[in-house]
Amino acid sequence: MPRTIRDVVFVDGVRTPFGKAGPKGIYHETRADDLVVKAIRELLRRNPELDPAKIDEVAIAATTQIGDQGLTLGRTAGILAGLPQSVPGYSIDRMCAGALTAVTATAGSIAFGAYDAVIAGGVEHMGRHPMGEGVDPNPRFVSEKLVDESALFMGMTAENLHDRYPTITKQRADEYAVRSQEKAAKAYANGKIQQDLVPISVRNTNAEVGETGWGLVTADEPMRPGTTLDNLAGLKTPFRTHGRVTAGNAAGLNDGATASILASEDFARENNLPVKMRLVSYAYVGVEPEVMGYGPIPATEKALAKAGLSIEDINLFEINEAFAVQVLAFLEHYGIADDDARVNQYGGAIAYGHPLASSGVRLMTQLARQFEEQPEVRYGLTTMCVGFGMGATVIWENPHHKDAGGDK
Amino acid sequence: MSTTTAELLKGAAELFPGEVVTSAHVRHLDLPAVPNSGSAAGAGKFALITLDNGFDHTKPTTFGPGSLANLDLAIDQVEKEAAEGTIVGVGITGKPFIFAVGADLKGVELLKNHDDALAIGKGGHEVFKRLSGLAVPTFAYYNGAAMGGGVEVGLHCSYRTVSKALPAFSLPEVFLGLVPGWGGCALLPNLIGAERAVSVIIENSLSQNRQLKGKQVFELGIADALFEGADFLEQSLIWTANVLKGDVKVERPEVDRGEAWDQAVAKGRVIADSKVHGAAPAAYRALDIIAAAKSGDLQAGFDAEDQALADLIMGGELRSGIYAFNLVQKRAKRPAGAPDKNLARPVTKVGVVGAGLMASQLALLFLRRLEVPVVLTDIDQARVDKGVGYVHAEIDKLLGKHRINQDKANRLKALVTGVLDKAEGFSDADFIIEAVFEEIGVKQQVFAEVEAVAPAHAILATNTSSLSITEMASKLKNPERVVGFHFFNPVAILPLLEIVRGEQTDDAALATAFAVARKLKKTAVLVKDAPAFVVNRILTRFMGEIQNVIDEGTPVEVAEKAVEPLGLPMSPLVLLELVGPAIGLHVSETLNRAFPDRFTVSENLAAVVKAGKRGFYVYDSGKPELDPEVAALLKQGDTVLTEEQTRDRVLDAVAQEIGLMLAEGVVAEAQDIDLCLITGAGWPFHLGGITPYLDREGVSQRVNGKPFLAQGLASVPA
Repeated sequence: MPRTIRDVVFVDGVRTPFGKAGPKGIYHETRADDLVVKAIRELLRRNPELDPAKIDEVAIAATTQIGDQGLTLGRTAGILAGLPQSVPGYSIDRMCAGALTAVTATAGSIAFGAYDAVIAGGVEHMGRHPMGEGVDPNPRFVSEKLVDESALFMGMTAENLHDRYPTITKQRADEYAVRSQEKAAKAYANGKIQQDLVPISVRNTNAEVGETGWGLVTADEPMRPGTTLDNLAGLKTPFRTHGRVTAGNAAGLNDGATASILASEDFARENNLPVKMRLVSYAYVGVEPEVMGYGPIPATEKALAKAGLSIEDINLFEINEAFAVQVLAFLEHYGIADDDARVNQYGGAIAYGHPLASSGVRLMTQLARQFEEQPEVRYGLTTMCVGFGMGATVIWENPHHKDAGGDK
Repeated sequence: MSTTTAELLKGAAELFPGEVVTSAHVRHLDLPAVPNSGSAAGAGKFALITLDNGFDHTKPTTFGPGSLANLDLAIDQVEKEAAEGTIVGVGITGKPFIFAVGADLKGVELLKNHDDALAIGKGGHEVFKRLSGLAVPTFAYYNGAAMGGGVEVGLHCSYRTVSKALPAFSLPEVFLGLVPGWGGCALLPNLIGAERAVSVIIENSLSQNRQLKGKQVFELGIADALFEGADFLEQSLIWTANVLKGDVKVERPEVDRGEAWDQAVAKGRVIADSKVHGAAPAAYRALDIIAAAKSGDLQAGFDAEDQALADLIMGGELRSGIYAFNLVQKRAKRPAGAPDKNLARPVTKVGVVGAGLMASQLALLFLRRLEVPVVLTDIDQARVDKGVGYVHAEIDKLLGKHRINQDKANRLKALVTGVLDKAEGFSDADFIIEAVFEEIGVKQQVFAEVEAVAPAHAILATNTSSLSITEMASKLKNPERVVGFHFFNPVAILPLLEIVRGEQTDDAALATAFAVARKLKKTAVLVKDAPAFVVNRILTRFMGEIQNVIDEGTPVEVAEKAVEPLGLPMSPLVLLELVGPAIGLHVSETLNRAFPDRFTVSENLAAVVKAGKRGFYVYDSGKPELDPEVAALLKQGDTVLTEEQTRDRVLDAVAQEIGLMLAEGVVAEAQDIDLCLITGAGWPFHLGGITPYLDREGVSQRVNGKPFLAQGLASVPA
């Protein structure tokens, strides 16, 4: 039977405000599944033209699929969100690139013709599920030297990346981090972020943390507007003595959830759904686990090659800021300035936080807003590094661009 | 000099040291920006009060004096902030699954005098009504179960939202013997009109305390907005932001203050009459306040509520109501005298001897609740087929009403079978119940046949209403496994199950019987093997005395009217009609043989039965009127008693019988008698079954020289 590959579009994306993991965090008494359920519900409320019965799949990512992040979250979150029983769901894990993988896996199925519309997202409650919870690495990794021990500790891999790029100093990383905070504060002041946030009710029963009872979270907790280089200079380098990676130039440990709607372009148009981005290509690449932060570079090479594009064609970048060094390595590789205006215009994970498997859709939601504002930009990309040595890149076309949909 | 609210509550709190105190947490939040409004600016700073007693949802939040004092303090704080302009609104909500379920009844039970009772009413009012006097709008978010004072605290707010997932919402005060006295009677009719308020306050309350669901709360107009449970609080707060910004206008229909108001109150009186027959004051007090609320003068309504609360708290009906509530809610769950439940044996298959109507109803009940194979036997195939057919038809009815789905219907139908051969049917049954003809020889024969084929461990249960369990078991090899298992008609509706211990019944058999009763969702009461057990013995003595009075010469209508003030679910002769005069006669004969000095067999009743009459009344005019054919049969003496004399005689007889039953050890305590009458005969809460009423009216003292219950158990404490 003849097949036609179908265009896949990003219809809409939302997220919860991100919180700081731990007993003092805003979500300490909030379940992970409730976070993603509320994100899905907001998405459906915002898109009443989408008949929930027409959703073909709910793909939800989480790194630690235990407890309230277990039980095939894609299915259970669908039921809890009030989707019809006929809508199926599954769970995805590619650590930090979980939500991004949820998007590309379902997008592939849409392109193939198996689905018309899907929900893809992710959640990570690192307070309830600290990194490494329940892991049991095979002893062969170490005994056969398959990976260096540092590969399991993301902060150490970031120090290793600094080693690979000796010109990326702690000073440059801190400067980058300060700019991320500044850009995020500015994006907030201009209302760029709040429009895609889902308010979350939170309970606190511990008087030592703050006011008790029910409250409402409407903003990201981790942000530190006004951060200066001096503030960052004295921070400890916990992963290596005299190292470069600090809590100030890396994303924190966070709680949060994201969700997005993807659809075939035809379905979106027929159902009067917004078309915010068009998927061009995507790629995943493995690299040495000890320098996992290098991953976005070969992944982007691969995605560009598949799209027949070069890096010069990309005019907006949403790079996940797991560590400043990982963004800077990417920029250095491509000869892009550290403060290039096309990169992370609203700031990034250093300011907002990085609840592992949820972050991919945050990048997309922000890129979609930038596309809307900048119709002169035709292509953008979202990219991230992934634990155990991987990189992930998705290239998007701006449907608001005059040549969108045509030949390159 | 007037007492401050804080002083009032402090005094009340001292009377109630065991209160589970509810906290009123105040937390501040930024109301969300209104989505898609193009503006990132939120609607402002908001104070949200969370009512939380610190326990999970299994211990719902209540209001005692300490809790009210906490709410008072919280309101002090938000009142100041509202006046200073630092907040734009105040909300109130509950812990997960629970909003608040009203006044703490334990505290009410402890109140000893009118002044303290008045203080409780005033205390609630003084605190709650502050919510309507703040400088900013107030919002109640009914997130979960809301009852009584919980509902009322929300009524004092400017706006209300309700969760679609809210399972229970009610003003149950009248059901217990109170009035909604923290603003409910005055505010609700002014919010949703008298007709709807009467249905909530009177009709629901008097219909076994019927609960509203979230959607109905919205449809009745009590709440201004309805949101799904998944993100109820978020959506409520977004709605709040919209209301405060003026983007959402709350429109409520105009309340009809004309004739409709009076008609609603009149209808409420008809409902109250039909349920309590004037016998319990609470509904009428509530209706008086609703009637007066027509003027819209809320303070006058609140004052009337205070007085009504205080009067009712010091009156016997409320104490009886709370006593009855505790029996049904607590004692029923831990049956007095039941053996260790670990002794119970598993029941994986049930046998039913007989396939008549009663047996078929039992088969259906076991099938639905235990979901194990149930096998019916009878003496011929036609009867067996009819019994199985009945069960199948009832399953289809449940399917038709969507009470069960097709899969469940298939499963249940496959589980019920009928056979002629007891050996085939019962060889692997764990629990076999007989519902054959009420004749000791027949029952002994049936049990002998069953014992011959059933496993050695199987329980043999009998649904006899009057025969001796001990005698029935006496000819068996293993009499220790025989248990009385006496249901009440209609089996599907009346909760009571009298579990009768024969002289040789062992603990394992009894424990199994209680375990089965629990799965059947019945209220099990342990009863000694005594003639007619509990309910039938008391009802027969009661009806027998009425019959005696009639036989001696008192007109039927006088005798019937004499017991109306008790507020029983139906008059004695209507009950007799329901039971069937022939069965009534049979039971009276049985009891007459056991206790000839107290139980008589009425010649008039015998004549009515002999004439084949099904009852004393005809209903041609729509109302019960003495059937002329029955009237012609009656041979009456010439002793004519007044209503009062009749009532005294009947109550004396009942008090004497209960006294004797307790002396015989038929049940553990008087409380079990009351539990039986409430759950097996539908006797009203406000009587507390019957013994609180007999104590209160001095009948117990007159007949037995002492009350049945210790002071304070169902009365104002000493």
